Amino acid sequence: MSESRQRIWAPVFILIAIVVLWEALVMAFNIQQFLLPKPSAIVGNLVQIVVLDSSASTGDSGDKVSLDKGFFTVLPSGLSSEDQAALEEARWFTFSFGGSRVSVMRGSNLTPILAASWFTLKEALGGMAMGTLAGVAVAIATTRWTATREALLPFAIAANSMPIIAFAPIMNNWFGLDNPFSKMAIVTIMIFFPIMINTVRGLFSVDSRSLELMRSYAASDTEILIKLRIPNALPSLFSGLKVAGALAMIGAIVGEYFGGPRIALGVFITQEAALFRFASAWAAILIACLIGITIYLVILVAERLALPWHPTFRA
Amino acid sequence: MTEPVVVLENVDMIFGEGAADQVHALKEINLQIEQNDFISLIGPSGCGKSTLLRVVGDLIQPSSGVATINGKSARQARLDQDYGIVFQAATLYDWRTVAKNVQLPLELMQFSRSEKDRRTQAMLELVELSDFASHYPWQLSGGMQQRVAIARALSFEPSILLMDEPFGALDEMTRERLNLELLDIWRKTDTTVLFVTHSITEAVFLSTRVIVMSARPGRITADISIDLPQPRNAETRSNVRFFELETEVREALRLSEGSQDPEGTPA
Repeated sequence: MSESRQRIWAPVFILIAIVVLWEALVMAFNIQQFLLPKPSAIVGNLVQIVVLDSSASTGDSGDKVSLDKGFFTVLPSGLSSEDQAALEEARWFTFSFGGSRVSVMRGSNLTPILAASWFTLKEALGGMAMGTLAGVAVAIATTRWTATREALLPFAIAANSMPIIAFAPIMNNWFGLDNPFSKMAIVTIMIFFPIMINTVRGLFSVDSRSLELMRSYAASDTEILIKLRIPNALPSLFSGLKVAGALAMIGAIVGEYFGGPRIALGVFITQEAALFRFASAWAAILIACLIGITIYLVILVAERLALPWHPTFRA
Repeated sequence: MTEPVVVLENVDMIFGEGAADQVHALKEINLQIEQNDFISLIGPSGCGKSTLLRVVGDLIQPSSGVATINGKSARQARLDQDYGIVFQAATLYDWRTVAKNVQLPLELMQFSRSEKDRRTQAMLELVELSDFASHYPWQLSGGMQQRVAIARALSFEPSILLMDEPFGALDEMTRERLNLELLDIWRKTDTTVLFVTHSITEAVFLSTRVIVMSARPGRITADISIDLPQPRNAETRSNVRFFELETEVREALRLSEGSQDPEGTPA
């Protein structure tokens, strides 16, 4: 087996082994479903609440339009023009599958779990965008005013070892429980420091010869920043972003544990757990994990595209 | 006769002046370099060769004394972009391709787009790396990287080329080939070269003058004119005069090492 194939298959094998062992142990010791559901039950529930039906979750069961129960909807033929118009509005896009036309419905028609995931993802990404912008901006400012760096770094390091999530209830009070900005604010603060510290490190860890070279060309500070410091900082900025990606989902979900709108992943998990619907809670946790991994992978791909020259990608 | 390109008058350089561990790196340096000279600075480690190069290039300012370059202050010469610099490490920017690295000074000096492309192409041809224009530095060998650094230093036709042990990290074969290439470029481009090296052979082979320095404090102890015929080539190395000059430089180095200034800080 070649090394690259081994690198792919070894973790897959371990994952399968863990899942099988989990399933076997739950059955062997007859563990109660509400304590620890079987993986098969979690996945089954996941499929149910994501794709098919909302009844397994907290969904409003009183929905009138039968068509918007699922994420995917098969269009029956012979609809009235009124229904047709309503569908057109709700539909995201349509494709043909096995002879029938399948519509993928837009946001408002998502099952609650998907709507909640989408909502929480937006919070995480919004916070990440703001935290990254702020962190990079402050880091660049420190190259201009070195005093800023000296003054800020101790705080940054101290803040980095603080449990920032503890501010969640305060942010909820400031911006309102249902306002996604309350979670974005937590994520922003959580992300700010790792991004800033990493970027500062990259901006300043410039080879002294490279600087002398710039000086010999009589380059201005701005030119040194743009042509030398910023490209030099990109690899550490990406390291910061990878940390930030994980923190962003944690910040958003834990922030929601302290309260939020009903269609939010953290609220969904706490509610399902409170109602002893543990398989649903576990399914939601699984989705949160998948989102976190996806964010990480997107950053990884972006890194590869942005830094084709970097040593880690050398063949 | 044109005015000299570099004039150093009583240049002294003391690092950490006044402190107990102050280092007297350069002492009473007086040096004059004419247009089209190829000057090598040679001496034991820590004799201030690189410091002297940096004073000429205005990368550091001397504690006392004056450096005049092309009739103006070293600082003005730097602002006028009179210097091309090559270090021992190629110091290429990893995120730029070979062509983009060569273009760096041209970008900073706001050359037009067509002029940038023309010069980059010409420079890469000069160092025989045209086929590697779109490669990244890590894809090149050490010798090739150093040739890119030379192309970069020459791309904007600086009047002075400052080279700080540019071939010090390369193997002997590559070094000899690059020596020939460098001489070729020097003849074609009208530049004045100030070249720091550890190698006696290299200094004699390349230079029109070899300046021998002593350590602590760094002083000029000998100034040997190399009267080997131009252009130099592989045969130059078997010239009897070549060996005589090598011996002369070696002797000067040995003498300079014996003449430690009592005022200098001990090793």
